[in-house]
Amino acid sequence: MQTGESAVTPQRIGVPREIFPGEKRVATVPDVVTKLIKLGFSVVVEKGAGELADLSDEAYVQAGAGIVPSAAELWSGSDIVFKVRPPTADEVALMRAGQTLIGFVWPAQHPELMQQLAARKVTVLAIDALPRTLSRAQKMDALTSMAGVSGYRAVVEAANAFGRFFNGQITAAGKVPPAKVFIAGAGVAGLAAIGAAASLGAIVRANDTRAEVADQVVSLGGEFVKVDYEEEGSGGGGYAKVMSEGFQAAQREMYAQQAKECDIIITTALIPGKPAPRLITAEMVKSMKPGSVIVDMAAEQGGNCELTEPGKAVVKHGVTIVGYTDLASRMARQSSTLYGTNLFRLTEELCKTKDGVINVNMGDDAIRGLTVIKDGEITWPAPPLAPAAPKPVAKPAVVAESKGGHGHGNTGPMPAGTLAVVFGLGALAFWAIGTYAPAAFLGHLTVFVLACFIGYMVVWNVTPALHTPLMSVTNAISSIIVIGALVQILPPEAGTNGRPDQLIQWLAFAGIVLTAINMFGGFAVTRRMLDMFRK
Amino acid sequence: MTFSLATVAYLGAAILFILSLGGLSHPETSRRGNLYGIVGMTLAVLATIVGPRVAAAGVPWIIGALVIGGGLGLYAAKTVKMTQMPELVALMHSLVGLAACLVGFASYVDTSVQFSGAEKAIHEVEIYVGILIGAVTFSGSLVAFGKLNGKIGGKPLLLPARHWLNLVALLVVIWFGGEFVQAHSVAQGMMPLAVMTVIALLFGIHMVMAIGGADMPVVVSMLNSYSGWAAAATGFMLGNDLLIVTGALVGSSGAILSYIMCNAMNRNFISVIAGGFGSAAGSAAPKADGAAAEPQGEVVPVTAHETAELLREAKSVIIVPGYGMAVAQAQHTVNDIVKKLREKGVKVRFGIHPVAGRMPGHMNVLLAEAKVPYDIVMEMDEINEDFSDTDVAMVIGANDIVNPAAQDDPTSPIAGMPVLEVWKAHTSIVMKRSMASGYAGVDNPLFYKENNRMLFGDAKKMLDEVLVVLES
Repeated sequence: MQTGESAVTPQRIGVPREIFPGEKRVATVPDVVTKLIKLGFSVVVEKGAGELADLSDEAYVQAGAGIVPSAAELWSGSDIVFKVRPPTADEVALMRAGQTLIGFVWPAQHPELMQQLAARKVTVLAIDALPRTLSRAQKMDALTSMAGVSGYRAVVEAANAFGRFFNGQITAAGKVPPAKVFIAGAGVAGLAAIGAAASLGAIVRANDTRAEVADQVVSLGGEFVKVDYEEEGSGGGGYAKVMSEGFQAAQREMYAQQAKECDIIITTALIPGKPAPRLITAEMVKSMKPGSVIVDMAAEQGGNCELTEPGKAVVKHGVTIVGYTDLASRMARQSSTLYGTNLFRLTEELCKTKDGVINVNMGDDAIRGLTVIKDGEITWPAPPLAPAAPKPVAKPAVVAESKGGHGHGNTGPMPAGTLAVVFGLGALAFWAIGTYAPAAFLGHLTVFVLACFIGYMVVWNVTPALHTPLMSVTNAISSIIVIGALVQILPPEAGTNGRPDQLIQWLAFAGIVLTAINMFGGFAVTRRMLDMFRK
Repeated sequence: MTFSLATVAYLGAAILFILSLGGLSHPETSRRGNLYGIVGMTLAVLATIVGPRVAAAGVPWIIGALVIGGGLGLYAAKTVKMTQMPELVALMHSLVGLAACLVGFASYVDTSVQFSGAEKAIHEVEIYVGILIGAVTFSGSLVAFGKLNGKIGGKPLLLPARHWLNLVALLVVIWFGGEFVQAHSVAQGMMPLAVMTVIALLFGIHMVMAIGGADMPVVVSMLNSYSGWAAAATGFMLGNDLLIVTGALVGSSGAILSYIMCNAMNRNFISVIAGGFGSAAGSAAPKADGAAAEPQGEVVPVTAHETAELLREAKSVIIVPGYGMAVAQAQHTVNDIVKKLREKGVKVRFGIHPVAGRMPGHMNVLLAEAKVPYDIVMEMDEINEDFSDTDVAMVIGANDIVNPAAQDDPTSPIAGMPVLEVWKAHTSIVMKRSMASGYAGVDNPLFYKENNRMLFGDAKKMLDEVLVVLES
């Protein structure tokens, strides 16, 4: 993008009014407009874009944005368009080549939309395609911020439909038991719901197929309900996976139990790319107390409850089942602020030069993941993240080797030819030794060679942290040479054959002194070192 | 004690030594490993003293020698500072080498045992080789000791045609070896033996002098290996299996350790021994033709105060210690800073390069001394991938092990050596006394990187100041 004249003129960011029925959110808020302008961009907002989120046109103007009267004008005059919902066919028709669209796209669910967008030769960054496992991507993670808002709102909706207090009270007018809330699925939305329900005073229980979230549930004031079946439900990337039949049976039993006991059930269970799992059957709904509430946050994907009607709140068997699919939009101002900030963080990443021109750098893991269409070419799905950049070891090795004399340890197994030569030489050496050496020497040689191999095997596994103690202990052990001096100091043969006893005795004495220093010192110092290696 | 009993005791000692080395493979079992070593050594010495090879009248001599030597050894072990550990180990290697020489000479002048034919030849070759290895170990270790405590400069001393010198020395040694074996009397053989010893001593000096300071970890473990081979050679000489086994254990373990070190630096073992870091690129060349490739950019110095601010605001910190931390004895201050940061909820870890310091595992020992919990001390391979998610990487007195040129510049003398990728952290801070290059004599482009800050000064002093700011 950063080519030619566009590098000179700052780009214009356009924010249209969302036209999806019932959508109240807007892709940017006045506070964020100020920050975008600081990055060097100019910002225009369609008239009335923020109205449903209680953000007036005047507020945008005060923050420095321009107001344009119609969508057509906005789309044609902007280099970059921020949106919330995926664009409709009408909106796609307004796009022009070279434009950049940033917003929710859901490329997997909308293949036709992808084709249409690609045909317009635009660049599309789908905020929902962000690689969420990158820790630096968290600030841009709109799915998380929207899920947080939805989870909170789900509890509010439940409280609205529920005819009792959440918290237990003992009053002059009698005792009120606390509401029991069960939350299925402890993802971001589930955790937000746990926190909200617990702070209203309810007894909160939650379950998730991923056992590792138990601590998070507890930390928010919830109680983790285990399924009585051993299976790990993490499907990679922090998402859940489909579970085995045996697990599902045990899970159904647990849900049936919770349905009988609890007053409110909030379900948030989703598996990426699959219809939402059916957790609450009609039977379970029937078994619930009259006046109970179910909030099904997975309604858009078919619902976790069999009786959910997406987009509506219905009463069935005396239980209110809330299937709203616009929970985040129902808190439009809050979610718009969070979403706007997410997009601002993304813009920051796109415009590191702060000159008001974005650079869609496909070398950046996060940006690569987000970019689903680049200049009219579909680049979705992004390749999985490489664990680490490959290290450029091979090239220097070649260069160094070509200089000669400065080779590198060979990593692979020896070539067969070399191996044969080594073995051949070995055999020859053994043959020579076997032919000429006396028997006593051979015994020693056997011991020697085997001991070498033992040393090799034993030391190979030492952790690098212990290399120094290992060295000092082997050093201490090498003072075994003291034996040589000991047997010389005064052997039974002393005095025979003209042996220079005096000389040998002094030599041996000196030898013992030297090795004793090593022996005592070595072991003592090793001990001192090892005493420090405590956890 | 009969001969058989003594032999069985030796066998027991050998097993204990093997268990001892095995026990040292893990921190939990390491203390027991050391204990096995002590027990094994005691067993071997006692079995020898009460065994058939020592007459009762010799015992007072032995006890006297053990008391003198033991006292000196224990004193040294008590007083040595952990930062001086490499020196001590090198010095101790030299003692083993000298002892091996003495035992060899004593064995040669001992006329009470007579061999003939092939046995005599083999025995004499054993003596000859034993003294040779002992002498090389002795002088080499002394030079290593001198280099490590700074009495001798760290720069490799490269004599002209040094490989030829070594070759000539080897040929002379072999020729005198022939003379020695053919000698008919002790007096006649003493001359070649003495000449060989002198050559071996000179060779040991020359060998270690030619090795650069950055390769010291390899040298120390290599000398460790030599001291083992010296013991093994003595074992052959005296026909003692315990000596052979133990010597072989120590020798091979030292060799493996050297090999591991070399791998860690991506260097060939032979080229380390042959000496001279950067010699392949021409001994003095890195400076001369490196002028064109001088790193570009600006060095950004910071104060201790700013460093403290950076650390305080970070969520995760990786500390990379090097020899500079050892020299400044800063490990305790480092630990205090780590404690402070951890109290504040900062995730602090250590990244240890396999050849950081002057001895294998040197940094681990120092950090352990300062009571840094060893589960936050990571090896290079464990932590290298995490730098990109780290806010601050603090390098304390290390240089070559964090040099990006090893990866980026194929002409660099350290090209291909694995390094800690501190420059991938959000900010890196390098604490150094000056801009001088490291032991390898290679300039470090890290210092000129945009996200790098330099904190100049003595590591201990600077860290103390950082700690004061953190505590306030």
